[in-house]
Amino acid sequence: MKTLSRFYTLLIFLFLYAPIAVLIVFSFNDSATMSRSVWSGFTVKWYARLFQDGMLLQALRNTLVIAVAAAAVSTVLGTAAALGINGMSRWMRRVVMNVTNLPMVNPDIVTGVSLMLLFVAATGLLGGVSLGMASLILSHITFCLPYVILSVMPKLRQMDPNLSEAAQDLGCTPARAFFRVVLPEIMPGVVTGLIMAFTLSIDDFVVSYFTSGTTQTLPIFIYSMTRKRVSPEINALSALLFAIILALLVVINVRTARQGRRAEARKEA
Amino acid sequence: MRRIFAALAAALLLSAAVPVSAAEELSSAAPAKTQTGVTINVYNWGEYISAGGDGSLDVNAEFTKETGIRVNYTTFEDNESMYSKIAGGGASYDVIFPSDYMVSKMIRENLLQKLDFQNIPNFRYIGKDYRNPVYDPENAYSVPYSWGLVGIFYNKKYVKEKVDSWKILWNEKYAGKILMFDNPRDSFGIAQKILGYSYNSTKIEEWNAAAQLLEKQKPLVQAYVMDQIFDKMSSGEAWLAPYYAGDAATLVQDNPDIGFAIPTKEGTNFFVDAMCVPAGAKHKREAEAYINFLCRPDIAAANMETVGYSTPEPEAKKLLPEEMRENEIFYPPESIIKKSEIYTSLPEDVGLQVDALWAQVKMGGAGQTGTLVAVLAGFLFLYLAIVVRKKLKRRREVSPPR
Repeated sequence: MKTLSRFYTLLIFLFLYAPIAVLIVFSFNDSATMSRSVWSGFTVKWYARLFQDGMLLQALRNTLVIAVAAAAVSTVLGTAAALGINGMSRWMRRVVMNVTNLPMVNPDIVTGVSLMLLFVAATGLLGGVSLGMASLILSHITFCLPYVILSVMPKLRQMDPNLSEAAQDLGCTPARAFFRVVLPEIMPGVVTGLIMAFTLSIDDFVVSYFTSGTTQTLPIFIYSMTRKRVSPEINALSALLFAIILALLVVINVRTARQGRRAEARKEA
Repeated sequence: MRRIFAALAAALLLSAAVPVSAAEELSSAAPAKTQTGVTINVYNWGEYISAGGDGSLDVNAEFTKETGIRVNYTTFEDNESMYSKIAGGGASYDVIFPSDYMVSKMIRENLLQKLDFQNIPNFRYIGKDYRNPVYDPENAYSVPYSWGLVGIFYNKKYVKEKVDSWKILWNEKYAGKILMFDNPRDSFGIAQKILGYSYNSTKIEEWNAAAQLLEKQKPLVQAYVMDQIFDKMSSGEAWLAPYYAGDAATLVQDNPDIGFAIPTKEGTNFFVDAMCVPAGAKHKREAEAYINFLCRPDIAAANMETVGYSTPEPEAKKLLPEEMRENEIFYPPESIIKKSEIYTSLPEDVGLQVDALWAQVKMGGAGQTGTLVAVLAGFLFLYLAIVVRKKLKRRREVSPPR
């Protein structure tokens, strides 16, 4: 029975990671035909070429700028919103939560098209500026916000509401109480929201496709290769991104584990 | 006296307004001044320019170096998505690269601007055969960038017979090993040529007949794909696939088993990707400077060497490496070109009909909507049932025990 369950776990992991493994393996494939299915020798030339491809790097830079901006802004806004919602009456809170969750269940394509229509109308009033970086960042903030609220809310609910009051009794201004007492308490939720917003923004295609104007993000750039063929440079880039995100996750996990241990030690002391 | 003066003035005006579409005599005129420091937005096909990889020329960087005009270069994957972006009004581009039929569609919808050929003196390098094409008869809106033909890729190991007709894609011997285009114009085009119709037919019954032929072929088709053709062909997963000559050539050169043939019996599609300036362009003059730059033979040759398509400029062709210049895949004999046909845009109603027919061919026709609605209704019902059950359960738990 035990071997069976182990085998099953193995199968699940294989299923999850086989595509990524294939992608990484073929980023080292030395093939003039840029084939993605026939192995013909080891090379790192796609990695070298990746850093010479100006267009690809430009697309990557756009994507990163948008992701960082969208994640930062939506985290701040989302945390503030969660605080406000938490202070509402039960009934009101339920209504507002449902309203904020709606964009999440809304299909991306509807969000994309409606944002595009809005932006086109707005820029028309402003005298026909082209959509671009600004509209992309705005739309990414829009679809990231609900996720941040959703990940901060539970932490706020868990927190003892008297903590903040106690801090103020002991002489903190409300702002100071927030930064010294509330924020550290809900930090795990905020960080989760930030990471979620960042990853959502990086791999968004549908909404960006409609609101990108003359700016090109990485997913759109990759998609535009599909009439010819997707170059193995993309494999190399994906492998690098995967490695970076893996490293980030490891760092975060190690940190939270260490913090947990420290907290326990404090409790025992 | 006044009348004479008026007549003189009119004559002067007329002489100034000589049609500018013929560009030969314009080569001497100096192009208008461009502004340095501005950025033009260029929208081209993906991987369709020499971008500096593998020691090739970085065309956009070179343009900026020579003119001081910066280039924001972005890419699209097909004509339709490019069209929706321009027509949707969300983006202001200065240079776009639509294909033949899309050029005529955009001209009809007033989405393109007339070009000022005085600013594009290098138009003189464009070969005579590529001027005044059917999609832009007065050659006022577009400058050809590249051209090519559609042909059939085949694996010589498995396909021993001579490939000279589109009918081979209907041969049951190769069932499950045939690929087809994943776009309506190219797929319908193959059926139309077998039936002997024009690509640009406006008769619905001809399109219906073509759709029927495609439906007959469907059981033999492994998949409707675009760029996966390269992988599927090189791995031997598929044996026969129609595709664009420019893309085919690289695979043929790399894999000796794969051959490329143009179906000479029925004729094929001759396509042109052209450079145009959309109606809302902010920097028309700089856009024309960019088009002019891409028409310079050395630049055109550098682009076509990377891209693999064929150039409309005889001068640029001379600069290409010999194995490209002399290759019949890139530059087929005159007789084949004579027998080929260009797509032009279809009238609105025919276009809609074609889209519907294509959906029918790929999805297997109507009747599917019924199942779709049933499935959706089922899901909705399930969801409601779960919600109601949870509500009931909670009520039972919350109500105080007696």
